[in-house]
Amino acid sequence: MMRFAILQFPASNCDQDCVHAIRVLGHQADYLWHKEESLGAVDAVIVPGGFSYGDYLRCGAIARFSPVMQAVRRFADGGGLVLGICNGFQILCEAGLLPGALIRNRSLQFRCEHIFLKTENRTTPFTVNIPEGRVLRLPIAHGEGCYFAEPETLAALEQNHRILWRYCNASGERTEGANPNGSLGNIAGICNERGNVAGLMPHPERACEPILGSDDGRLIFESVLSALNAGRAAA
Amino acid sequence: MKVSIIIMPKKAVLDPQGKTVQSALEHMGYDGVQDVRVGKYLEIEVKDGDPETVRARLDEAAHRFLSNPVIEDYRIEIG
Repeated sequence: MMRFAILQFPASNCDQDCVHAIRVLGHQADYLWHKEESLGAVDAVIVPGGFSYGDYLRCGAIARFSPVMQAVRRFADGGGLVLGICNGFQILCEAGLLPGALIRNRSLQFRCEHIFLKTENRTTPFTVNIPEGRVLRLPIAHGEGCYFAEPETLAALEQNHRILWRYCNASGERTEGANPNGSLGNIAGICNERGNVAGLMPHPERACEPILGSDDGRLIFESVLSALNAGRAAA
Repeated sequence: MKVSIIIMPKKAVLDPQGKTVQSALEHMGYDGVQDVRVGKYLEIEVKDGDPETVRARLDEAAHRFLSNPVIEDYRIEIG
């Protein structure tokens, strides 16, 4: 059984969904308060969605300085798997663990709906279980999900296959209409250079059971589990 | 002493808020508005001290925390 730490900041609100999703998959998930200075013996970390610190100043700007984030940085530096979802993605970008920034949706509207995702790199710990050509249907719920980065950063992301998911239509085509927030290049999720830290705006944890309208999110968590199992087998 | 920090979205960053305000101004009949960008203004009260030291400290804070250098520029005004 793998053990996941789910971070909790003041005003996190997807932490329970993440814990539920991991338990549905048959693994251990524990909450970890933002004041903790150590992660303990965990196999992976999830930085969940929400509105940490009221989204004051900028989304994720204050959360990145909490003690637990210093522990997450050490964990990531050691190769540990870290997944940031929605506000968690914003926190990882603010912390510099992922490049770029997430700014106000181009429409200025908070978007709460299901979108489609195309997986662009199926060799990472976050995507390895996603079948080729499979379009994922996941919910989004954000007002600041427009991915922005300098042209050089974008070029490096492209070149090194670090764009993991892009918004697409139901047939998997990347179109302007399928982009819910104005993200450059329809980018929905990316990973770091080493491939052990990833972030995405859509919510896979809200799509792990058929009763929720989609269980495509399982593929992302199952990818993480496959990667962890492979790591254990190799150790 | 009073320190003001003005944080603005970088020119290359889309500012949908500014665009919306601009179009509202146009609709209200305020002609000739060519561009609007919406930023943040912080008023900070600090203990009196050497202005250059204060500036250097707040410059560090603005770079590390108050602004995000990926998307924003800032300027500091003392007094």
